[in-house]
Amino acid sequence: MQSKTFSRVGRGILMLALAAMAGSWAFGQDLKSFEQKITTKVLPNGLTLLICERPDAPVFSYTTYIDAGDVNDPTGDSGLAHMFEHLAFKGTSEIGTKDYAAEKIALAKVEEANNAYEAEYLKPVGRDPQKLAELKKAFVEAQAEAEKYVIPNQFTEVAEANGANGLNASTGLDSTQYFWSMPENRLELWAWLESGRLSDVVPREFYKERDVVMEERRMRTDSNPIGRLVEQFLATAYVAHNYGRSGIGWPSEVGQINATEAMEFHKKYYVGANIVVVVVGDVKAAEALPMLEKYFSKVPGGAKPEDMTTVEPKQFAEKSVTIREQTQPFYIEGYHRPSYRDKDDAVFDAIQDIMSNGRVARMYRSLVRDQQIAADAEGFSPFPGDKYPSLFAFYAVPLPGHTPDQMRDAIHKEIDKLKTADVTDAELAMYKTRARADLLRGLADNQGLASALAEYQTRYGDWRELFLQLDRVDKVTKADIRRVANQVFVASNRTSAEIDTEAPANNAKTGGAE
Amino acid sequence: MTNRDQGTGIREQMLSRSILLLVSAVVALGGLSHAQESKPWEKIPVPALHEFKPQQPKRIELKNGIVLFLQEDHELPFISGSVEIPGGSRDEDAAKAGLIDLYGQTWRTSGTEKMDGDAMDDLLEAKAAHIETAGDVDSTALSWDSLKGDADQVYGLAMELLFHPQFREEKLQLAQQQDATGIVRRNDDESEIATREAAKLVYGVNGPYTHQPELATIGAVTLADLNAWHDRTLKGKLIVAVSGDFDPAAMEAKLRATFESLPPAKALPPRHDVFHDPSRSLYFINKDDVNQSNVEIMGIGTERRNPDVPSLAVMNEILGGGFGSRLFQKVRTELGLAYEVGGGLGFDYDHPGTFRVIVLTKSASTVDATKAALAEIAGLNEKPFTDVELKRAKDDILTSFLFRYDTREKVLAESVKLEFYGYPANYLETYKAALEKVTLADVNAAAKKYVHPDKLAVLVVGNGSEIKPPLDDLGMGAAHPIDITIPQPKEAAGAGGQESKQ
Repeated sequence: MQSKTFSRVGRGILMLALAAMAGSWAFGQDLKSFEQKITTKVLPNGLTLLICERPDAPVFSYTTYIDAGDVNDPTGDSGLAHMFEHLAFKGTSEIGTKDYAAEKIALAKVEEANNAYEAEYLKPVGRDPQKLAELKKAFVEAQAEAEKYVIPNQFTEVAEANGANGLNASTGLDSTQYFWSMPENRLELWAWLESGRLSDVVPREFYKERDVVMEERRMRTDSNPIGRLVEQFLATAYVAHNYGRSGIGWPSEVGQINATEAMEFHKKYYVGANIVVVVVGDVKAAEALPMLEKYFSKVPGGAKPEDMTTVEPKQFAEKSVTIREQTQPFYIEGYHRPSYRDKDDAVFDAIQDIMSNGRVARMYRSLVRDQQIAADAEGFSPFPGDKYPSLFAFYAVPLPGHTPDQMRDAIHKEIDKLKTADVTDAELAMYKTRARADLLRGLADNQGLASALAEYQTRYGDWRELFLQLDRVDKVTKADIRRVANQVFVASNRTSAEIDTEAPANNAKTGGAE
Repeated sequence: MTNRDQGTGIREQMLSRSILLLVSAVVALGGLSHAQESKPWEKIPVPALHEFKPQQPKRIELKNGIVLFLQEDHELPFISGSVEIPGGSRDEDAAKAGLIDLYGQTWRTSGTEKMDGDAMDDLLEAKAAHIETAGDVDSTALSWDSLKGDADQVYGLAMELLFHPQFREEKLQLAQQQDATGIVRRNDDESEIATREAAKLVYGVNGPYTHQPELATIGAVTLADLNAWHDRTLKGKLIVAVSGDFDPAAMEAKLRATFESLPPAKALPPRHDVFHDPSRSLYFINKDDVNQSNVEIMGIGTERRNPDVPSLAVMNEILGGGFGSRLFQKVRTELGLAYEVGGGLGFDYDHPGTFRVIVLTKSASTVDATKAALAEIAGLNEKPFTDVELKRAKDDILTSFLFRYDTREKVLAESVKLEFYGYPANYLETYKAALEKVTLADVNAAAKKYVHPDKLAVLVVGNGSEIKPPLDDLGMGAAHPIDITIPQPKEAAGAGGQESKQ
């Protein structure tokens, strides 16, 4: 997704020419010009509204950024934040229902029936198959009863009939984001829809949606070789922090999340102080703010939920995972690095850029062009999140006939070069130039800009950091890169994962369903 | 556009989960006709939209037939451009399948007579500028972008690459190795298999839209082939498009100076491809390491020039794509059988698209989900469309129509596309007007005319041992297995296939 690419490509890259480096090119786009276009307002409930006026065409894009993701799922409920995100498309007490009063009662019965069924299902001993079947039947009937009141997908239908474009949402480990674009004359309609689903969620069709999410897991993880590998890689790299847990959820956990748990997650994390709403486009802040304030004041207030306090202990043993199966070989390794708040954050961005960005990048030139052992090779960070200490990862895709071992050795040689010799002046300058230009390019897109502003407003409490961070980019030195490489890229801090290709079993390929 | 990606999937794994996988943008509603007491959202005022006239690019047709487009945009200090060249992979020799992809990579990585590709990389990246080349099914393209201050130099270099490339052996080999990796890996990912093999059911196994690069065919491509392709296609009707922060008079003069003196453009010979409906058959590909089936229901689509297209677009909106569509409502929301489900009847600009509906469902529900999707397709003929469906589908399409031209970049890209395929410049306006006029009778007639449930092929890629009830229960006869074994070249030729263990 575009917005995610924007944010991943880097904290470092999202910064702007404030100090005008190369002549004319901070032209019209410096922080000052954004100061004039942007209005922020923190509502009494703690929710932050940010409007960026960009009246080029009669449209706007928005991003609602919730400072909670699957890292916040309670133990035993991995996948909950994502499950809730799906629920946020099911409507409210005012939309998606024929009779909410009656539906509410029916939904309470669904929950009761589910609890009764699960209690029997999870009995360690003495589960009664007949009773289980009866309870299951009662559960299915209770769902059918509740569904009588549902107008399926009415929330999204109203949005789409009103021109919603690129309607979607994404849940990562760190955050949950909702977004779309619309014609500007639907701003108030959007505010009604969005504030409604933030404040007034109904656990409608929850258990069928859980089946849908299980299908999503099968698609993204179970049935995809890289999906399987990455899940194992992260689970091995982390021993304590939730970054090591399956984001979409372990099957036994996401498969048994109930609606009560999802609603509790909402109550805790969907409070004003945990939400930033950004609108970019043909909107006049002075006119729109009173209206937006009216709608978004409906979101409950309350204290910002406490941050996770688990800190991943220092790794002291090198770890590795090997998957042997009939898919083509692959290699990835990762090293623990600090969070985005660390003073060296931009140094990691510099390393990523020098190692990975384009055909001039070291890993491309070495593994792909010169040694001709890999089809693709890169280092990237932060992974799998950025809010908490994460990983700096390197991967390589072997050419036919080459092995994960060769990838590992070649990657290590490149890392050693970072540790034993300074990068060149040209490499460092290139990083700084590209960081600026990439930021500038991103400013021309309403949706990308909305997402970036929301992220920076959330992470730093001030969208200006999007621009001010340039300072940190400019300060990165060759010595910093060498120092950080020596600190972080050491064997005891490493976890690796690879796919080793197995020969196919006999007659596996004829198969066919009889 | 990237020359390097070999579909590792690692990037996808880094993205977060989303509510919806965008298959094809379409939406509407099925079976919602209940009265609802209050609809608070209908009381919210929707004022008139701010007046908006998208800025059209300036079009200049040179005497030699080459067309220039200039789109000014002073918001940011960048200038970008592209040259679109007719002829693509559908025109390549099947015995050299993969030629265009190799050409698209090697052209840029080789560089020019004066400056090799690596030196170009160094020079451009230091300026955060780009020049790239790429091959597509019906065209190839060269594109560039840079900060305004570097624009003259970058343009000069791009034109050197356009007119004086020097294809180099080592860069061809590099591209061959990359593509060989893609070939060897093409059966790792289930959805990649499904998409690729489904297209063959409509376009044929070795047709112009489906001939598949093999280790042998990419190994057969030589530098002489790349040079010949370049020399031939560069004589075609080029479309040059430039946008950004420039002075229009100066830019026009510069482009004229480059392109006006070229000899008259020669059109490619017209294609005479024949397209058929597939037969109503069931196909199966076994994959042991998955727990979900990819089901592809395939038929023939139509061409965008067809006057029935507006009606078909409305039909698609009702059938599949968005949250309100019949497929989404039934298979995902009501049955909970899929995360990804959708599709519709495709219309390409100059050849028939495919009718394609896909469902991804756990192995055990393969038959149920396939039946449910087939029933919705049959329902296009049997379950009459309602006024509610029609209104919603048209609202969806028409209210969001301005997102086709809400940026200058999109307006320019649309102009280039219409020029390339020979559509009138006001196509979007007439298309929108036609959409507005679509009636229920039109949609019903279009569905009857173009949707033929008896001429749809069904492909299942999945784990045969888990598919219970078996595919036999679909009542389409025995499944025809498709062999997707990757052929090994007879002799170890160049392209890195020689050491493959498979």
